[in-house]
This record gives sequence, structure tokens and C-alpha cells, in this order.
Amino acid sequence: MNSADISRALTRISHEILERNSGSDNLVILGIPTRGAHLSNRISDLIAKIENKPVLHGTLDITLHRDDLRTRAPRPLMPTNIPKEGIEGRDVILVDDVLFSGRTIRAALDALGEIGRPRSVQLAVLVDRGHRELPIRADFVGKNLPTNLNQSVKVLLTEVDSKDEVVVE
Amino acid sequence: MKHLLSINDLTYEEAIQILDTAQELNRVSDGPMKKLPTLRGRTIVNLFYEDSTRTRISFEAAAKRLSADVINFSAKGSSVSKGESLKDTALTLQAMGADAVIIRHSASGAARRLADSEWTSGSVINAGDGTHEHPSQALLDAFTIRKHLAHEERDLRGIKIAIVGDVLHSRVARSNVLLLEKLGAKVFLVAPPTLLPVGVEHWPAKVSYNLDEVLPEVDAIMMLRVQLERMSDSFFPSAREYSRYFGLNQERLAALKSNAIVMHPGPMNRGLEITAESADSARSVIVEQVSNGINVRMAILYLLLAGEM
Repeated sequence: MNSADISRALTRISHEILERNSGSDNLVILGIPTRGAHLSNRISDLIAKIENKPVLHGTLDITLHRDDLRTRAPRPLMPTNIPKEGIEGRDVILVDDVLFSGRTIRAALDALGEIGRPRSVQLAVLVDRGHRELPIRADFVGKNLPTNLNQSVKVLLTEVDSKDEVVVE
Repeated sequence: MKHLLSINDLTYEEAIQILDTAQELNRVSDGPMKKLPTLRGRTIVNLFYEDSTRTRISFEAAAKRLSADVINFSAKGSSVSKGESLKDTALTLQAMGADAVIIRHSASGAARRLADSEWTSGSVINAGDGTHEHPSQALLDAFTIRKHLAHEERDLRGIKIAIVGDVLHSRVARSNVLLLEKLGAKVFLVAPPTLLPVGVEHWPAKVSYNLDEVLPEVDAIMMLRVQLERMSDSFFPSAREYSRYFGLNQERLAALKSNAIVMHPGPMNRGLEITAESADSARSVIVEQVSNGINVRMAILYLLLAGEM
């Protein structure tokens, strides 16, 4: 995917989120750092532009809830910023760059459970590369990319990588 | 990092990583997530041969917030009073499956002895050994200083800190001098000559016998407890004379820079090294040091225990 593809996908996802939730009033959009947080900022900006009013958004670091902590060196923690209005009774949209095993999303659901009880949790991802290890699916997908297990999918974003691109290696 | 025994073992990057992790944990525990599942199933032993309120409770709270199981052991009321050695106690704890041992001992080097031995396979965290070191206290002090005085900086470059009082018996001072210097701060040690250790001229700090000269220069002042329990000789003529020359009072508080903070590792001897008004003044961050202590200790436990062991 090139920069224009990514931008079109995010625009479509933003419209789909609004359509599904009949507007942005009850939404909280939470990105999973690092790249999911940047994507969530972009989606929040797009939604704010479409609806002409700001939408609640933030970041959710899931490191402390991972199930693979014991298999490698400790990871640095990333910022968690939950809007002060909270998530109680709201529709939470989780945003991540790549959906793969589903374990990150499981950890994110656990982390959300500690914070409150949303009315619903929906998942938006830029790329779904398959190979799920848990019964988890995305509600909004930028692109389905069939991959082999030995391939790696890299999402590059201007905020951190100086360009927008998705590459499969 | 497997153990935390001395500030000397930490690299600059590791020290910063602990402070950064504590900062994120601070945000998490200030927010809605009080309890985290991160260390579920890990067993942590608090092995305390010396009395402690703050450090033991702080480590216990930190471990519990990360869902670890905590076993508290204090020498009083245990088999130690029947003469059991550190080795036998450690072997017992190992047999019970301790993943980490947090040790406080009156002998300098006790934590290192335990870490270098075959007695325990887990991580060893030094919570104060004799007059040697108390690294987690230094880390929480650095965290507090950074939060108040280092605007958006990662380290403490350019910040001046006075450590005042009983440096001789203070493991807090020793760890603090090493860490603050590592992070780029400038440290002044202020004490009567009798309360400075031999070889202090080789420490990375400036020594002064005159508190009033140093006061207007510093951004933070750390008052040390006069450790009467470790003093067999008389190190100063009288308590009154000590507080007149080296105690923090209202006048000295007024001589500090307007944004300077007052710190004390606790427990305080109110009226000796610090007056009650100074301890309770708006500049005092003494109570905040305690709450920062929990976050810093959570960071230490996370970094030592969450990964592969």
C-alpha cells in the first residue's frame, strides 16, 4: 500500500465507524502505541472533520497485560492516555496497525476491562494479515493481506518513519 | 538486569529506563488501572533483618499492584532469633520458590553476598545494606527531583542538590551521590567533619562544612536522618548545636531559591535535622517521595521480573 492507499483506507474506515455508530457522540477512539496511536490520531482528525466536532480519543498501552512478557526482555512502557470522560457506557474503537495473532487485542480487551465497562468495543486495523491464534476479528479493515507465516508486514507512517507505506517482506 | 544491588551496577541508560518506566506507571496508577496482572504467579520475598516502615510497605504495595505474591519475613519473631544464618534462611526461601528476594540487612554487602551465592536463583534487590547502599531510595529521589526540576529533560543535567547531615552512616547518601552524578547533577555534601566518611574527597561531590553558604545555590536540599542507633561515640557536642549548624529551619528555608524543594528519606527526627515547620512547608516533597517510591519500585520489579528469567 502506498501513501494514497493508506489515506483512502483511513477515510473509508472513518466513514464506516460513523455509519455503524450513527455519529461520533458516544465514541472513544483508542490507539495502541506506537503506530496504532498515530493511526488513531488520523482517524480521530478525519471523524472530527466529517462531523464538524471533536471526538474523544487517546492511547492504550497494553504492555503490562501481554501474555508473552516472560518470553523476552522487558519492553519499555508506552504512554496510556484515557480521555477524562472515561469509557464507561461508551463505544470504544480500538485502533492498531496490523492484526496478526490477535494476542495484542486480547491484552487490550483485558486492559479495557480494568478501566471500565464500555457499551461496545470495536476494532479497526490498517492491515489484516491473517494467522489468528485467538477467536478475534476486526470490524473495520484497511486491507486484507494474505501472507505466509515467515513473512513480515511493516507499516511505515510519516509520524515515525518519514513516509507512509505498507511493505511485505 | 537481573539484580539491583548498587547504583554502580546501573548504566546511565538503565537508570533512565527505570525512571521512564516509573513515570508511565505513575500515570497508570494515578488513572483508572490500580491493579495490573503483569507479575501474576511470581513470588517475592521481603527479607528484612532491620526495621523498616516505608521501604518494606512500599515494596509490598508495588509488588501487589503488579499482582505478585508477597511473603514478608522479618528477623524479629523468626528463626533468625534462634540463630539461623542468612544462608539457611535463603535456602529455605529458595525451596519455597521465591522469584525475587528484597533484602535489608545491617551488614554492608549482605545483598551482594546473597546475589553471588548459589543459595537463591531469583533476583536480589538491595533494600539497604548497612551503611553501604540503598539504590531504590536513590532512584525514587532522582525521580522526584526530575519530576519537579527537570523540565521535560530525561536526566538531571545542571541541577544542584545539597545532601545534608549524617553522611557517614547514610546508605541513602552514598547511593544518591552515585546516581545523581551519573544523571548529570551537581552534588554538595554538607556535614560536620565527624559525620563524613573517610575517603569522601574521592566521591563525585563537593564537600562543605557550612550549610548557610550552600543554601542559596541549590535547587533541592535533602536532609538526612541523624542515625542515633548507629552512633556509639559522640559525633557532635549536643543535639542543640547540631540543629543550630546543620538543621533546616524557617530562616534557612527562606534562604533557598524560590523553586527549591525540600526532601528527606524518612523517618524524620523532627526538631533535630529538620524543624516541623520545614517538614510540613509547601516546599517539602517528603510525602510525595513516599508515593513516588511505589511507582519506582513497581518499575524495578517490572524490569527485573516481567521478562524471561
